[in-house]
Amino acid sequence: MTVIGIDKVSRWFGNVVAVNDITMTIGPGVTGLLGPNGAGKSTLISMMAGFLAPSTGAVTLDGATVWRNEQVYRQVGIVPEREAMYDFLTAREFVVANAELHGLPDPGAAAQRALATVEMQYAQDRRIDTYSKGMRQRAKMASALVHNPSVLLLDEPFNGMDPRQRLQLMELLRRMGAEGRTVLFSSHILEEVEQLAHHIEVVVAGRHAASGDFRKIRRLMTDRPHRYLVRSSDDRRLAAVLIAHASTAGIELDRTEEALRIQAVDFAAFTEFLPRIARDHGIRLFTVSPSDESLESVFSYLVTA
Amino acid sequence: MSATTATRPPGPPRPPAGIPAAGSGTGPRFFHPTVARLTYRGLLGRRRALLLFALPALLLVIVGAVRALAGADDSTAHDVLQGFALSGVVPLVGVIAGTGAIGPEIDDGSIVYLLSKPIRRGTIVTTKLLVAIGVTVAFCAIPTLLAGFVLNGNGQRLAVAYAAASAVAAVAYSAVFLMLGVLTRHAVVVGLVYALLWEGVIGNVVPGARTLSVQQWAVAVAQKIGRGDLISSDVGLSTAVVLLVLVTAGATWFAAHRLRGLKITGEE
Repeated sequence: MTVIGIDKVSRWFGNVVAVNDITMTIGPGVTGLLGPNGAGKSTLISMMAGFLAPSTGAVTLDGATVWRNEQVYRQVGIVPEREAMYDFLTAREFVVANAELHGLPDPGAAAQRALATVEMQYAQDRRIDTYSKGMRQRAKMASALVHNPSVLLLDEPFNGMDPRQRLQLMELLRRMGAEGRTVLFSSHILEEVEQLAHHIEVVVAGRHAASGDFRKIRRLMTDRPHRYLVRSSDDRRLAAVLIAHASTAGIELDRTEEALRIQAVDFAAFTEFLPRIARDHGIRLFTVSPSDESLESVFSYLVTA
Repeated sequence: MSATTATRPPGPPRPPAGIPAAGSGTGPRFFHPTVARLTYRGLLGRRRALLLFALPALLLVIVGAVRALAGADDSTAHDVLQGFALSGVVPLVGVIAGTGAIGPEIDDGSIVYLLSKPIRRGTIVTTKLLVAIGVTVAFCAIPTLLAGFVLNGNGQRLAVAYAAASAVAAVAYSAVFLMLGVLTRHAVVVGLVYALLWEGVIGNVVPGARTLSVQQWAVAVAQKIGRGDLISSDVGLSTAVVLLVLVTAGATWFAAHRLRGLKITGEE
């Protein structure tokens, strides 16, 4: 069991604070690091990977400081976000080189095992610069797994993958987590994290916004007030019947948009209630669109909550 | 991908045996064969490598032409070996090999695959330095030796003297340019400015600057080896050797130091 400890960690670049006083502990199983682009996820992962020193606070692996400690890499596998590998090598040569750099007793066998795990043996003798994005990602995975690490850090591993590749990688990471490894991956897509992670850490604007299993995060996200933009055959009458119902918190008649701006209290109840009441009163609905469904607004709600 | 591919899970991770404190690394101390192989293939696998071949080839073409037109002459041989081989080819190849041994990996981020391993940063730097030296010697000292034999058949031991000087300069240039490769993304430009402006122009205009020139230190070595009085350096041999060692060791230490503190972030 390997545990990553992040204790009151901040990191700033000049005047910009990328990571702001974050404390979290990441244990075995799959953990998702969720947050919008620019939230500080990569900075946080870089610090866990020992590529960046925290400005204050401590990043540890089973209690050992990570920064400037090459020995932690015996237990850590890293899948960086950046594309570049040694593109002039074949995947086999690349993974064997990684095994040798780890000082493994039988680099060839270790490389074959890792390449089999990511199902890349069929293309292992092609140069990396001929690979598709998904194949590169799997070659990176193989290089990270070659020394059988107990910790796996992946920065935006699903970026640019097609749905099939995504499913395969999810399956692989799930297996890694089930085997008792500490797997941490970052993503800005809630659905991705939800499907895979048993535990989610949400980071927004450098701050630790929320932590918990996906049900808890979902609840935080769906329990918040929702805003809708609605156009109908009779906006004023619709507004009158809606405000009488407990699921509605407020309504504004937007005359420039010629629409209703509705703030709902209970997301589920409102979405059931709106079409029913419209039908009952003979009002036709032309537009019903959530006006704040963007991830950023969900995140900003989480931060202020 | 075929569904029949055997996928043997690698088994549960080893129980962690505890993580040793920093600095207690094992493995090779100065030379890691895998790092060397990656460096060497990276150096010769990029387009820049064409220059590595072109410069010595140009040298040999020129000395062939000089020999054919002017015949064997010690003074001409000296002028070509010092003026073109030692002060032109060697620093240029040094820039390509020295910066190319590490710069591109830092630029494109692939250096993370070396840094995320239980290997001392110092070992990475010394290995890359040895590869850069090897490449520079192969592409400078050996062609210079050949050029010397073509020009005047090693008369006054000029060929051997300048080959040795090229080898000595290759060591110092490799270390300096490797350090530049760690320090700046613009290592090639800075290296060229140094090699051409400092060693070339300023050294010829400002006499004092010549004392602080890798080229002059190397000439001091050539002076010791060559016969006659064609070769003359502004620097004494012992001073030159001390400065060469200091610069090489200092640059290597500093490169390793900076690599230990190299910050790598994502694209965010």
